[in-house]
Amino acid sequence: MELDFFLQQLITGLSNGMIIALIAIGYTMVYGIIELINFAHGDLFMLGSFLALTILGALGIDAWTGGSTWFGVLLLLFCSAVFCAGLNWTIERVAYRPLRASGKLSLLVSAIGASFILVNLGLFWGGLPMEVFAGGVAAAAPKDFPPLVPNTNLLGEDSLVQVTPKDLLVVGVTLPLMVGLTWIVTRTRLGKAMRATAQNPIAARLMGIDTDRVIGATFLLGGALGGFASVIYALYNNTISFQMGYRAGMDAFTAAVLGGIGSMPGAVAGALVIGLVRAMSDGYLETRWTNTIVFGILVLILIFRPSGLLGSRAKEKV
Amino acid sequence: MRPRMNPILIFFAVAAALPMFFGATGLFYDAFQSIFVFALVGLGLNIITGFTGMLNLGMAAFMAIGAYAFAILTCDIYPFQVGFWSGLLLSGFIGALAGFLIGAPTLGLSGDYLAIVTMGFGEITLDVLKNLEAITKGTQGINPLPRPTIGGWTIELQDERSWYYLLLLILGVAVLFVRRLERSRTGRAWLSIREDALASQCMGIPPKRTRMIAFATGSAVAAVGGALFAALLSSTGEPNSYDFQVSILVLCIIIVGGMGSVAGTLVGAAVMVGMNAIVLVKLADLFGSREQGASSNVLASPNNWKFLIFGLALILVVRVKPEGLVPPRLEGESGAQPPAPPKSQSGAAAQGAGA
Repeated sequence: MELDFFLQQLITGLSNGMIIALIAIGYTMVYGIIELINFAHGDLFMLGSFLALTILGALGIDAWTGGSTWFGVLLLLFCSAVFCAGLNWTIERVAYRPLRASGKLSLLVSAIGASFILVNLGLFWGGLPMEVFAGGVAAAAPKDFPPLVPNTNLLGEDSLVQVTPKDLLVVGVTLPLMVGLTWIVTRTRLGKAMRATAQNPIAARLMGIDTDRVIGATFLLGGALGGFASVIYALYNNTISFQMGYRAGMDAFTAAVLGGIGSMPGAVAGALVIGLVRAMSDGYLETRWTNTIVFGILVLILIFRPSGLLGSRAKEKV
Repeated sequence: MRPRMNPILIFFAVAAALPMFFGATGLFYDAFQSIFVFALVGLGLNIITGFTGMLNLGMAAFMAIGAYAFAILTCDIYPFQVGFWSGLLLSGFIGALAGFLIGAPTLGLSGDYLAIVTMGFGEITLDVLKNLEAITKGTQGINPLPRPTIGGWTIELQDERSWYYLLLLILGVAVLFVRRLERSRTGRAWLSIREDALASQCMGIPPKRTRMIAFATGSAVAAVGGALFAALLSSTGEPNSYDFQVSILVLCIIIVGGMGSVAGTLVGAAVMVGMNAIVLVKLADLFGSREQGASSNVLASPNNWKFLIFGLALILVVRVKPEGLVPPRLEGESGAQPPAPPKSQSGAAAQGAGA
């Protein structure tokens, strides 16, 4: 019984951690390349799930109907990823690129501004007169996301530990994405250019790298991951709200910092830690203290290991 | 020194004269009381982020600490009941202590890590306030709080004009204090650390202790702001009145106004809080939809456009005037000052934070 409960929390924690990881990678990539805490990223993620819900509403899919639903899920993943990638790229183009020369704080404020705009758009979006948004009467209310992926227990009805198709969906989507991203960053020409730009933008430019394009590509990739995350988050938790970007962004950014910001394996590790700590705290302590514990651990880790779990300890150049 | 004082003097002259053009009560007073309180909190953040270059994303927590310290020390359901003025002073000290306790282990962290720690501290504070209901009264907030007395004369809650001048006076004292501080040995050390910590260390300025003093001083000023925020309402309000959005509002105040500029903080508070408390409310009146908050169409209520307008304004300000509306003058420009510490990057004084 004790062990069952522990395993259950472990599975929940890992699944949530994987979702956080996808968002955290978006933060860490952007930070690695232009040293910006991209505040809008969490809200981008929120809009991705609103798009997914809208598509479901337009298609009239609201339950699991076998094979064709797989197609529906793939369609959602594709649409949200393309949408978030495009939106992230646009935000970079409009709100960040013109400010790149004017200092980190200006960039940060611009990101906060972009975040506010996206939150507001999410509020308006929730007011669409569609059935999935409950007719759009209460725009600010959380929206139910149809349970497309069934919640049946794969280990059998009488097993105390639950592994559901939802958990498989999370792993099945996130793992290939992470492998693919690692491949892009370490093996392709674009990845090499990204690493070079992150290391030293001026030198990269001197070597003939079009850093503007590389930065744009980074936002595209990070945004796409956020889009994927938004769909699996919605399918996993079955409720979305225009305010969820803040919480998700906070968790993901904390994960990125915890793992050592700028490092992608670090972001994944940090996200898994955050997911596990959340699940264990929810299970063994009181839910209302979970945030305190997460941030308490973050503060402690930063005090004793200031560059994160997997971050490299950079000496200041004199 | 002279040209530098001007924007500040204009601010206070205008603020002192304004009530003549308005009635004895109303929207105007609510808005300006918030402007003064947030200007005070902004001054605190300006010491930490503007002068010393440490990005702090948890200013609301220090406001909350000031508000709750003030409430617990003065409210008659607790044993202390020290009275308004002692409560105000003590809440400043408690704010400084909190700043010191948070700062001591974390100020060695580099810019963005410190930012995330302060953000985390803000979340922790919020959770503690919500969860320790036995002490903080949860969402009810602690009330009622005492009214200030000056020589036997008590300022009643309804007496908005007196509150207005009281806050203006306290803000004035705070501005004088911060301006003197900026020009003191400590203040110069702050600016020097912001521009180049390594070089300052070589010149004999201990970076950690200097940062700590800035952090504690800024927290104290913000805590006094928080105490006044609570005193104005005669209640701490619910813990969510001190959430992350408040921290961001304060940050936006000093960035829009001009990092490291006292005059900028005042102008920034007037613009940001004024937009929130006057323009949006007026717009809502104009559309006549304030009463029906749950109107069937989200687009109909101007209040629902708040974040869109706020966000656009932020992006526009940093795009058009990245150094802020009232940028600080570089040291030495006024002639009376010795030359600035060398080796600042081109025009970096306006945005040297976070390095």
